[in-house]
Amino acid sequence: MGFLKNKSGRQQITDEHRPCQDSGRREFLKKAVKAAAIGGTAVVTGCQAPGLLGSKEEFALQFQEYFKAHYRLMTEKERDTTITRLERLAKLQKNVDVQISSKEAMPGVLFGYGFNVTRCEGYMECVSACVRENNLDRKSNMQYIRIFEMEPGQMTPDAGQGKFFNEVPVDGRFYMGAQCNHCDNAPCIKACPTKATYREPDGIVVVDYDWCIGCRYCMAACPYYGRRFNWNEPVVPVKEITKKQHYLGNRQRRRGQMEKCTFCVQRTREGRLPACAEACPTGARIFGNLLDPKSEIRFVLENKKVFRWKEELGTDPKFWYFID
Amino acid sequence: MTQKSSVRQMIGFITDVTRWSLSGGIGYQLFLCLLVVFMMLGVFAYLVQWKLGLAVTHMSDIVSWGFYIANFTFLVGVAAAAVMLILPSYIFKDKDFHHVVIIGEVVAIGALVMSMTFVFVDLGRPLQGWHIIPIIGLFNWPSSLLTWDILVLNVYLVLNLSIPAYILYCHYNQVEPDPRKYRPFVFISIFWAFGIHLITAFLYEGLPARPFWNNPLMGPRFLASAFAAGPALITVLLVIIHNTTVFKIPKQTFNKLRLIIVISAIINLIMLFSEVFKEFYFPTHHSLSAEYLYFGLDGHNSLVPWIWTAISINIIGTLLLAFNPGKNKPMLLLPACILLFVGIWIEKGIGLIVPGLVPSPLGEVVSYAPSWVEISIALGILALGMFVVTMLLKPALIIEHRFKAEKPS
Repeated sequence: MGFLKNKSGRQQITDEHRPCQDSGRREFLKKAVKAAAIGGTAVVTGCQAPGLLGSKEEFALQFQEYFKAHYRLMTEKERDTTITRLERLAKLQKNVDVQISSKEAMPGVLFGYGFNVTRCEGYMECVSACVRENNLDRKSNMQYIRIFEMEPGQMTPDAGQGKFFNEVPVDGRFYMGAQCNHCDNAPCIKACPTKATYREPDGIVVVDYDWCIGCRYCMAACPYYGRRFNWNEPVVPVKEITKKQHYLGNRQRRRGQMEKCTFCVQRTREGRLPACAEACPTGARIFGNLLDPKSEIRFVLENKKVFRWKEELGTDPKFWYFID
Repeated sequence: MTQKSSVRQMIGFITDVTRWSLSGGIGYQLFLCLLVVFMMLGVFAYLVQWKLGLAVTHMSDIVSWGFYIANFTFLVGVAAAAVMLILPSYIFKDKDFHHVVIIGEVVAIGALVMSMTFVFVDLGRPLQGWHIIPIIGLFNWPSSLLTWDILVLNVYLVLNLSIPAYILYCHYNQVEPDPRKYRPFVFISIFWAFGIHLITAFLYEGLPARPFWNNPLMGPRFLASAFAAGPALITVLLVIIHNTTVFKIPKQTFNKLRLIIVISAIINLIMLFSEVFKEFYFPTHHSLSAEYLYFGLDGHNSLVPWIWTAISINIIGTLLLAFNPGKNKPMLLLPACILLFVGIWIEKGIGLIVPGLVPSPLGEVVSYAPSWVEISIALGILALGMFVVTMLLKPALIIEHRFKAEKPS
């Protein structure tokens, strides 16, 4: 499984070293941003009373956030400043210390996902793990993953039953999951008018949440029901917030923004499995690097009977279903 | 003409136009007040939506576009339909249409303002709207059809504002407008009118994820239905103008408009029949949306009464206009036009958008009906459109009338 299981040796050392280097630079930037924020406050708010839009500092930070560029166009330094601002805002608004990563895609990595239709028994551990890991809105009960109970003879999730409340597994039935397929030729990317949604070099399709204008054209374009919209201001209990975050992943979203599965970018770029794959009690979820010939996903693709959903649309998903 | 006097002339033009558009009888003032009240209702509803997010609408992750986008789609058609007056009057020099072409152009402006406002209120994050402005934001052109639509709608609005503004300004000063200055733009605007509606159709047609929309007939059908609904609206407006102002419309104009409407409506019905045939002669999985629309699916049949009403009044309106038993008398012409207009509004609006999204790609079926916020905002935008049309049309007709009266012919 290549780099994913390689927890010893060089990679780990570099992993451990990064935070230290980061924090030094981060610390400096934090101070710089703070200074800028105070300066900005004086200009922006003038004699505005604190409390109307949160504290003066909060308002200044949000004001600066408003004018930031698209994530892909930011320089290294700009990325660090916005992350420092976002971390500070999380502290001010919810009193939580989050760490937002901006880790880039690793070279020679293309992520792929395999779903074992034979193994899945519909426990939905993946769904709840995903909700917790990705700080999904509890108010609207948002879920990236849907599990369908299938009758024999059905072979695509849309034919199955998405609302089932019986004990699982049921004899004679089987289960199929549906989530973002991370298409290599993604209709949502083509549709987005602002390029807020795009494909990262490691193949994951991400949304720059702060660049999204909320037109929902991508939602209409997606043939896999892979995208979710924040109809209301998302609510996550402070205690349950996953604090290790990624700018393109599980950081806090806002009302009116589009979001979606990111293959848990905050985990997978650190060499860990996505939360759903880790949580699955039956081992039905396989994740790995498609470019690594020794990875588990490559083994599945080479040795199992695999198929992709709605292949006729030419979207080239990186999500395969397979049968043992 | 010196620089100074032209500036003074311009100031005079602007003040006169403002004065004319705001002054009128008590009925006119009451009408304006009523529109303002509805606009205020819309503003209030929008503030609620602003505060609580789009959760106050009845849209969901399944029906992710609803009443707003439905109205947007329909109104783009109404805007495009102005070409049915512009084409004959400027290109074929048709006298009957030349007389009323300004009304068509003003209707186009009103419809464009409404359709763009509908898109704006549908945005989840309108404050971030600058992200879509070319150069300072990121404009995903030519890949995203939405960017095409933004481009063509804005250019069409500029064209439809500037051509009539130039002609009216000349007429205001009792000068014959110079065709060399505006005719090239008229040509562009004619192509553009087809463009705006075709591209709005492509917005849906280009989505393989939605079989109900992914249909090559979409574009042509949009045009046919627009060229029926738009002129139907203009006919209604002409009857009102004919009866309430000194600006008289010749009978011949009504007859020609009626012919345009009938031909377009018949083509529209033929294409509708072709679509229905394809969906129901050999129903496939891709016909589920049509089944949902026409007969209901899994007990969700909220659209069924709407679509059958739409089709019935469509056919009745078309027959009335085709056989013309009232001989162009407003008594029959008016209801026929209104029936056709409402029929196409239902069918090209909610009857097009919602079934495209249901069943969802995961096969889930839900019902959708707009919430009070959506209806109030829509009413507000409708009032805004009527307000724009009134504000522009009143001075325009006064200028035209004065120009004709004083012209030595």
